[in-house]
Amino acid sequence: MDITLPILILALPFTMFLILGIGGVKMSRKLAGVLGICANGALLVMAYTVAFTYFFSGNPEFIVDGIRQQVQLYDVTWLAFTERLVVNIGFLLDPISAMMLIVITTISFMVHLYSWGYMEHEPGFQRYYAFLSLFTFSMLGLVVATNIFQMYIFWELVGVSSYLLIGFFYKLPSAVSASKKAFIVTRFADLFMLIGILVLSYYVAETPADGPLGGASAFNFLMLNSNPTNVLASTVGSTFLGGSVLTWAMILIFVGGMGKSAMMPLHIWLPDAMEGPTPVSALIHAATMVVAGVYLVARFFPLYLIVPDSLVFITVVGAITAFYAAVVACCQIDIKRILAFSTISQIAFMMVSLGVARPELHDGLGYMASMFHLFTHAMFKALLFLGAGALIHAVHSNNYTEMGGMRKYMPITHWTFLIGCLAIAGIFPFSGFWSKDEMLSAMYANNWIWGAWMTMVAGLTAFYMFRMYFRVFWWEENPHYKEHRPHDAPWQMSLPLIILATISVFAGFIPFGEFVTWNRAPYHIHIEMQVAITSIVVALIAIAFAGWLYLKKNDKPARMKAAFPGLWQAANRRFYWDEMYMFVTHKIIFNGICRAIAWFDRHIIDGTMNGLAAMTQFFSVKIKGMQNGSVQTYVLWYFFGALLLAAITWICLL
Amino acid sequence: MDLSMLWYLVPSVIMFAAGVYGFVTRKNMIALLISLELMLNSADLNFVVFNRYLFPDMMEGMVFTLFAIAIAAAETAVAIAIIVNIYRAVGNTDINSVKKMKY
Repeated sequence: MDITLPILILALPFTMFLILGIGGVKMSRKLAGVLGICANGALLVMAYTVAFTYFFSGNPEFIVDGIRQQVQLYDVTWLAFTERLVVNIGFLLDPISAMMLIVITTISFMVHLYSWGYMEHEPGFQRYYAFLSLFTFSMLGLVVATNIFQMYIFWELVGVSSYLLIGFFYKLPSAVSASKKAFIVTRFADLFMLIGILVLSYYVAETPADGPLGGASAFNFLMLNSNPTNVLASTVGSTFLGGSVLTWAMILIFVGGMGKSAMMPLHIWLPDAMEGPTPVSALIHAATMVVAGVYLVARFFPLYLIVPDSLVFITVVGAITAFYAAVVACCQIDIKRILAFSTISQIAFMMVSLGVARPELHDGLGYMASMFHLFTHAMFKALLFLGAGALIHAVHSNNYTEMGGMRKYMPITHWTFLIGCLAIAGIFPFSGFWSKDEMLSAMYANNWIWGAWMTMVAGLTAFYMFRMYFRVFWWEENPHYKEHRPHDAPWQMSLPLIILATISVFAGFIPFGEFVTWNRAPYHIHIEMQVAITSIVVALIAIAFAGWLYLKKNDKPARMKAAFPGLWQAANRRFYWDEMYMFVTHKIIFNGICRAIAWFDRHIIDGTMNGLAAMTQFFSVKIKGMQNGSVQTYVLWYFFGALLLAAITWICLL
Repeated sequence: MDLSMLWYLVPSVIMFAAGVYGFVTRKNMIALLISLELMLNSADLNFVVFNRYLFPDMMEGMVFTLFAIAIAAAETAVAIAIIVNIYRAVGNTDINSVKKMKY
């Protein structure tokens, strides 16, 4: 394949970032917005061309005997530290990266278009578009990475652009602290990822350089994934604290993914990240960046398969997170927070699905299902976030208490939001049904406990989504509407909603197994009736319950809240995770460690320097009287000095 | 009578000591200048004497002395010029009136 398009796919958003970032101050809003949207449209076309060529062309470069190939379109040396330690930058095309190209550019384009309406009156509009371009660039670089280092570099870039966009309203203290929190928490997790990479690289470096695998580019995903047992042969037998070194390395790498994907206990940043503009939440904190952790696990999947213990770890973390986030989402008031916790829960779903995937169970169905859900979830969650943005735009509040009965005023938002809710609840035939059903089948195949547990979480998902839906669009009209009549958003905002809703309805019919599977061979999706019926029944019961509680204004929710005040309060406060973090950081780390270090710095290190300065000053004050301007005194001193020197010379010569 | 080196060196030491003493004690800048010249001349004398007695077939000492005399003359001219300027600025030639040199 010609490499012009792949190069442009990375170069275009980066150039747009530079143009809008440097020249943005000179541009009008309209010019900056149109430039950003047009560039992103071009990017969309290019990415679709590349991805569709990969999937559908049938070119022997991409597909051989029905097996899709992993192709490095280019891979150039970027930094060569030593002969063995070489960092490359390249473009890897394989099923998951091609799928991510589609997801990222689609959502990014929708968000660019939507922001034109949503951010119209915000100061710093041009800066906003520059940051969006930076994010698109880094996310694309992340998914097409050919080696661990490139992935890590773009991984951090994604974190930076997320930080910049969360803190976009930098005059709000809450936005500033949220952006710092997001950056520090994810950076903290990335530290573990780096350690994992270093451990892995240490052992990979042990492979003979003159062997068939070559030493120089052993970080390369192609080499790692095509024959992982050979590449990592030297790890066999090395253990640490009872686990094999490879298990530890893979778990540490996964911790980086936990940070980005907001898995417990590193989830605390994602709800706060909702301080950023809503389209940013849709793009970064729902559809693309937060699934980077899932993508990471999928990218290293052949390595994880060597050490199933780490997959069990992923499953457990995911299962706990999914349940926790679903419970918390039931007790939030801020609609963006509800969606944030729902995102955490759904990503955890994907993690569990990856964790239960084994080649011997339905040909590694969990992997395919996880990627399928990643795809459909990106679409309907972006839709839900953009819908929430339209609501917030109309009502100027994030809390559902300010809403109610909106269906009459905002029909487009209402219908698209309903589609999104049905999709996430997993109702036939919306897209969420298909992907969730595949995931649940994979879980039941591994162990019925995972299946039953996650079916329960799916029920909770349906409940909290429809709780929000009924509360916002039904319930009772807010009396303020008579003064401020809310209305549907302008076309720039409605169009993305309609497009994403259409995708959310039909995406489930994509024969996803033909495109993305763990071994890149086609897999024919078939619905397991038992699982499908169970999950639909559970979801319908949950929806009915939510409707019973919230369809008309009544005091049942308040009575339920009064019946379990402690539970409601705990769930509303997210089970006090933030307080725990505050306690650990402020009370234990700050008081115990930081104070001691600060004391040492202030008294020992600064003390030494201050002492030297004080000594110098003391002596200079003492002797400054000698320089009194009298030439004759100087001469006298000089004379005595000369005599002294003469005396010394004389003594020495004797 | 055959004069030894001492006959020359002792007056040279006396001249030098007188120069140092004068430079440290006198207040008039002209007197200071004279003391300076005394010290210089004693050094010149040493040059000549050591050249004559220790290395009779060489000329370096003599040449250096000639140089030193020429430079001393130039230096005296500069010093006198400075003193004249100080006198114009301050109104006397007392060395204690130019303590601003420390700045």
